[in-house]
Amino acid sequence: MPELLLELFSEEIPARMQARAAEDLARLVSAALASLSPADVRTFHGPRRLALVAQVAAATPEERTVERGPRAGAPEAALAGFLRKHGATREAVREEGGYLVLDRIVPSVPAAEVVARELPSLLRRFPWPKSMRWSGRSSFTWVRPLRRILCLLDGTVVPFALAEGDDDGHGLRAGNETEGHRFLAPGAFAVGGFADYRAELAARHVILDAAEREALIRRDAARLAEAEGLSVVEDPALVAEIAGLTEWPVALIGRIDEAFMDLPPEVLRTSMRVNQRYLSLRRPDGSAAPRFIVIANIAAADGGSAIVAGNERVLRARLADARFFWNEDLKRPLETLLPKLAEVTFHAKLGSQRDRVDRLVRLAGELAPLVGADRAKAERAALLCKADLVSGMVGEFPELQGVMGRYYALAHGEDGEVANAIRDHYAPRGAEDEVPAEPVSIALALADRLDQLAGFFAIGEKPTGSGDPFALRRAALGVVRIVRDNRVRLDLGHFVSADVLDFIAERLRVQLRAEGKRHDIVAAVLGRGVDGDLVRVLSLADALETFLASEDGANLRTAHARAVNILRIEERKDGRSHDDPPEAALFAAAEERALAAALDAVEPTLARELAEERFTEAMATLAALRAPLDAFFDRVTVNDPDSALRANRLRLLSRVRRAMARVADFSKLEG
Amino acid sequence: MTVAVRPAPRSFQEVILRLNAFWADRGCVILQPYDLEMGAGTFHPATTLRALGPAAWNAAYVQPCRRPADGRYGENPNRLQHYYQYQVILKPAPPDPQGLLLDCYRDLGLDPLRHDFRFVEDDWESPTLGAWGLGWEVWCDGMEITQFTYFQQVGGIACEVPSVELTLGLERLAMYILGVENVFDLPFNDPAAAAPLCYGDVFLRAEREFSAYNFEHADTATLLRQFEDAERECSALIAKGLAFPAYDQCIMASHRFNLLDARGVISVAERAAFIARVRALAKACCEAWLAGERAGGQPALAVG
Repeated sequence: MPELLLELFSEEIPARMQARAAEDLARLVSAALASLSPADVRTFHGPRRLALVAQVAAATPEERTVERGPRAGAPEAALAGFLRKHGATREAVREEGGYLVLDRIVPSVPAAEVVARELPSLLRRFPWPKSMRWSGRSSFTWVRPLRRILCLLDGTVVPFALAEGDDDGHGLRAGNETEGHRFLAPGAFAVGGFADYRAELAARHVILDAAEREALIRRDAARLAEAEGLSVVEDPALVAEIAGLTEWPVALIGRIDEAFMDLPPEVLRTSMRVNQRYLSLRRPDGSAAPRFIVIANIAAADGGSAIVAGNERVLRARLADARFFWNEDLKRPLETLLPKLAEVTFHAKLGSQRDRVDRLVRLAGELAPLVGADRAKAERAALLCKADLVSGMVGEFPELQGVMGRYYALAHGEDGEVANAIRDHYAPRGAEDEVPAEPVSIALALADRLDQLAGFFAIGEKPTGSGDPFALRRAALGVVRIVRDNRVRLDLGHFVSADVLDFIAERLRVQLRAEGKRHDIVAAVLGRGVDGDLVRVLSLADALETFLASEDGANLRTAHARAVNILRIEERKDGRSHDDPPEAALFAAAEERALAAALDAVEPTLARELAEERFTEAMATLAALRAPLDAFFDRVTVNDPDSALRANRLRLLSRVRRAMARVADFSKLEG
Repeated sequence: MTVAVRPAPRSFQEVILRLNAFWADRGCVILQPYDLEMGAGTFHPATTLRALGPAAWNAAYVQPCRRPADGRYGENPNRLQHYYQYQVILKPAPPDPQGLLLDCYRDLGLDPLRHDFRFVEDDWESPTLGAWGLGWEVWCDGMEITQFTYFQQVGGIACEVPSVELTLGLERLAMYILGVENVFDLPFNDPAAAAPLCYGDVFLRAEREFSAYNFEHADTATLLRQFEDAERECSALIAKGLAFPAYDQCIMASHRFNLLDARGVISVAERAAFIARVRALAKACCEAWLAGERAGGQPALAVG
């Protein structure tokens, strides 16, 4: 199969957009060239280029189709219309199955023709998150100016241009040239095919594959660190970003002025990462090392000494700024920042951050005794937890929220648990993040999320299928994780409305599914009625899962399904339910009496065991229904001709249904 | 073909002189600073107004920038409430503006084979001007030395012919080239001159006094009244189709707002409203200027 090579060479593409653009390119090209059955589609991305290589058919297959026309013997006008529509003559028509038909052949189209036809419109509609115009003579937009298009089919240029009518398409037309490294190998060169392209780029100081650049960055950074007895602080997202900023990554190590080493390590790391894209290093004992690694995009003539010196100087200025914020912030106790919070809007309909803090104080105070936290400490932490949002450092580096609050709290003599809660109430921030474990932190972390959920639900800002601008799913999942991991016993229903509780329960189901657990069992347990105690829900679900795996459990579930089914059909027939208690006088068979007796024994025990949360015992109790229920179905006909007997039997089954519904809604079980 | 790397300039003013010569050689009109206080070189009518419309326009100039809130009483080695930008506006965008900028660096003594130049995403937006564009911060060894923007919209109006705007922070660039870590130590004229002066000799006292003015003494009632006067005057002039004089009033209003902001008398909620008021003026000025251009460079409405 011929090889298709496409390269879109532009001015620097934002690093964060490159990987997605490569995926889009693969998807769009595969779809546009589907008639050529593209195979082995591979894409590459870097600061100045998106590239794609694929195997494609030499031509589209020839297609034969049969167009059906009017019935044989239809009026002449109908046939004339049919012929006109297909541009065919009368002689080409034949009869088949009572209809006049036309054999048509869609001829094979050479691959180059298909590519040349499809690519211009594909490039015009390329889905960049933001694209731009750069000339008054063309409305063709790209993420930054597109400078070259390379398009080869087995080494031969596929001729196409972006010009269209009055639009000059920036004069861009497909060719066989690209460029290497901007400084180390300036100028254009011709390319024969993909192998040649990749090798020639490497010879011109461009590593085509981002994954290869990332590996190189990791390897060289680790080597430089090891040479000084240090290790690199892992930061995959940063390495990926740097790979998007470099075509020829060269790791260099620089020094951090000792004078800045007393700044909090998070401040050093954030300033270096956010402003400078440096990798941080640590000593064997885990402490921050006075070194950084910068990845240059060039093997400099002097071995990089000017680059290192320049970067060290820039970092000194950056850290001097950070030091200024740190010193200024330390002068003011967090409490004195509270009035400024009144000026920061949380949400137009939910008031200021100050209003929110008031709510958090109340909520954290109520939650404290439920999670074993000191109430006064929880309230204190809530009062101070948002104050750092108006500090200088957090204004500069929003990602340090909480972290700085903890430092400032400690500096002004706040209690350690209070300080930790100020930092940790934001956790967990993501799936990988740890859940707070100290009681005061737990109280505040829950308060923060419950207030957020309650507030946004109250103003009608519930997440939709497509959007969740206030990250309420993450908040609800945070509640689930905090409660589960710490086995917090509380009724969430006491703090939020029923719809918020449903929303949290939904997150619980999603979470269990992600863990590969039987989420339908939790759904069944939740189906027995709203329960805001997630720990109770989960432990009942565990017991139920074990029970269902047993022979008694599986069997009882089948019998229950049968009972429910009969009731559903008969109740619909009768237009009423049969929920009244069955009458002993109407029992005709021994199995009826036995089942009623079993229910008499099971119901109070089950109620007691459920109330005492002895769920395993409750399952054993429920199992006692299995034998009498099976016997009932074996020997007793529910639909007895005697309508009184029939109604009484339905009432008996209804009682079984009610008893089991105290444990779970069995109809929600799957599989 | 790229230009050769020249020896580095020896003073702040030599950086400016080299830039003027470089861009003059490339066909730019070398303008002088605009005679009003403004926060950025973009506010100069040579950029804001001329970025609109179809006519070719290539200009370069130094513009003093006033950022009242950045005052540090001369005590911060990197921050000033008054500093200089070098501004280049190229319309239409030349075929290889990145190459042109790199030549400009070579001319200033920065060798791309010894330094690490990078174009890092930075989308530019000016809420007060209703303007935005896409481009980069240009980094040299990790330091931002230029803001590079392809203008897409100014005054809320799409740019018919997108311009390239290059903004160089002169003090920072000169400090880097000259290896100076404190702006006030920057040689201003030739260090071998009979009376060599550094940046601090020229500006330190002004920095101290203006910081005190900006943060402590600017009379907020006066500033507020001036803002409102400028706003009213701007609208009146627009009604007469006098785009340039109207735009002067817009610049004045914008700077009064910056001063009020530095004095800390504008709340968060009010801030957005002030910005919207300036933007409305800028938009009206841009529309009036464009209308005049379409009418052959005459005011769009009859005067008087």
